[in-house]
Amino acid sequence: MSQTESPKATATNKDEEQARWLAMYEQMLTIRHFEEHVNQLYMTARMPGLAHLYSGEEAIAVGVCAALRRDDYITSTHRGHGHCLAKGARVDRMFAELLGKEAGYCRGKGGSMHIADQDTGNLGANAIVGGSAGIATGAAMSIKMRGSDQVAVCFFGDGALGQGVLYEVMNMAALWKFPIIYVCENNEYNEYTHYRETTAGDLSARSAAFGVPCETVDGQDIRAVYDTAQRLVARARQGEGPAFMLCNTYRYYGHHVGDIQRAYYRSKEEEERWKTQRDPIQLLADWLVEQGMTDHTLFERIEQKVQAEVEAGEQFALNAPFPDPGEVEEDVYA
Amino acid sequence: MRTITYRDALREAIREEMLRDERVFILGEDIAGYGGTYAVSKGLFEEFGEKRVRDTPLAEEVITGAAIGAALGGLRPILELMTVNFSLLASDQIINSAAKFHYMFGGQPQIPLVIRMPGGGGAQRGAQHSQMLETMYAHVPGLKVVTPATPYDVKGMLKSAVRDPNPVLFIEHELLYNIKGDVPDEGVEYTVPLDRGEVKRAGQHITIITFSRMLHVTMQAAEDLAKEGIDAEVIDLRCIRPIDIDLLVDSVKKTNRVVIAEEGWKYYGTGQGLAALIYEFAFDYLDAPIQHVHGADVPMPYSKSLERLAMPNKDAIVKAAKAIVPAVLAHT
Repeated sequence: MSQTESPKATATNKDEEQARWLAMYEQMLTIRHFEEHVNQLYMTARMPGLAHLYSGEEAIAVGVCAALRRDDYITSTHRGHGHCLAKGARVDRMFAELLGKEAGYCRGKGGSMHIADQDTGNLGANAIVGGSAGIATGAAMSIKMRGSDQVAVCFFGDGALGQGVLYEVMNMAALWKFPIIYVCENNEYNEYTHYRETTAGDLSARSAAFGVPCETVDGQDIRAVYDTAQRLVARARQGEGPAFMLCNTYRYYGHHVGDIQRAYYRSKEEEERWKTQRDPIQLLADWLVEQGMTDHTLFERIEQKVQAEVEAGEQFALNAPFPDPGEVEEDVYA
Repeated sequence: MRTITYRDALREAIREEMLRDERVFILGEDIAGYGGTYAVSKGLFEEFGEKRVRDTPLAEEVITGAAIGAALGGLRPILELMTVNFSLLASDQIINSAAKFHYMFGGQPQIPLVIRMPGGGGAQRGAQHSQMLETMYAHVPGLKVVTPATPYDVKGMLKSAVRDPNPVLFIEHELLYNIKGDVPDEGVEYTVPLDRGEVKRAGQHITIITFSRMLHVTMQAAEDLAKEGIDAEVIDLRCIRPIDIDLLVDSVKKTNRVVIAEEGWKYYGTGQGLAALIYEFAFDYLDAPIQHVHGADVPMPYSKSLERLAMPNKDAIVKAAKAIVPAVLAHT
């Protein structure tokens, strides 16, 4: 804080800070509740297809997107609900998409793994592992060519580190100094196999070969995620080029909603340890209390608000109409 | 009108589109200072600079993905892949992303992307550099696949492709770059649609349907047939997705006989797909089974003597036509 700041400005900063962290808390909680409801919808056979839940990883999407502007780009993955919501998607239209309804972001044609929302800069989830790396990089190229100060963020998981395209993109982005952050969400499992069984060497050393700086972050600590993202985004915005952000995290559920017998690849104790000791929402709550930025009534109020929003969104989607039959042949071509 | 090469016609189309619309840019391997493997982009780097004429790493997957991303970001990229064979490395991006985004995301994004790539055999480049893979892409909804065969068409169709809001796979042929043809003077604006074939030679006894380089082989075959009294109608598809089925049916109604001539393989390809469509929509007008002239069902051999045997030629088309045009019809 500079000497010239008035006490009032300090108070405002403190208020702003509190509002910012509470907003992130609320958003993480929204994603958590959303995913719990998705799981329930699936388990009660009201939702078809596949869903890959983001529970446990919320701090990454929320912390990174909090450092972005609405017109910044993101690309997402098969485990993408959290990214969409964090970038500004509405809960009701997300549910509608998952249930294949006309009111969904993709009018029911995308589903859980294929959601885009152009209005919030979400260029789309790609359910091919590593599939959006080139696309995010091209979006960053367009930013640079248009002379804009936007930034692109490419979310992907530890499994994508096995894809050659990840290294192709870092080569290109470094070569041409594109404004892009590659955010690796290492939730430890490539689907059903621990990443150490499939991935050689040091994850954080990979980008260095291309001259792309890497920052390793505790992905359960949203303050660390946000601070790092802010720094890397500011750097990219100023034309200083790409960065690699390695976020260590954990996925609470299985690879997808149907993956309920997980004992053959990881222990219940391991899952419990992460949930009780490393939960990103609890960690932020503890810190907020410690800082005197909140109390239990406020938490209670946020909880009720989020629950109401998620329940209303789910109801909206359950009641919403399916697409018109004529839609099946619509939009193959623009 | 003047006579220019297929290569020059392509370059003019790119240049005119870049002058017309500042969002248009080109990227690809060795396309800048070197001017492109087939010298299509020669001079464009000097004129437009490195921002709009980009030499890329040899990495087909990322350059294709990046072109899709650039299109999503509001630009209109023309990507050159050195050959269609290399596009297999980018086929995930083409098929899983470019072809699907508009539909899968409920009509939100448009992908105004052109991917230019030459294919085909006949230059002794061996099995991995001689394929006609357009059929594989033409199978996929969401893509447009075009195969212009003349300087006039290649210029007009490239302009249309750049202005189209969809991903267009623009398949050239390695042996076509030096052919010459009539093209309107520079600055005389024209385009050729991406969904219309053209009758390149009108005739009454038989319809020969073809595309890409085989158009020129077919035109020679038609001359030979004419000497024997058989008047062939030659249709250049120009685009294989979508297919201009009305044009084909109209011709079949007139001639009642069809030969399909293509350089690609026999099974599950463009030729068989066309035959199925003609049987579906014009069966009652056919007086003979459709004949199919195609490449041998083998990977392309290297040796000149073998490569020649593996590629369809003029004589094969003449033979196929004569097999279904009765002698009594000829000279009528």
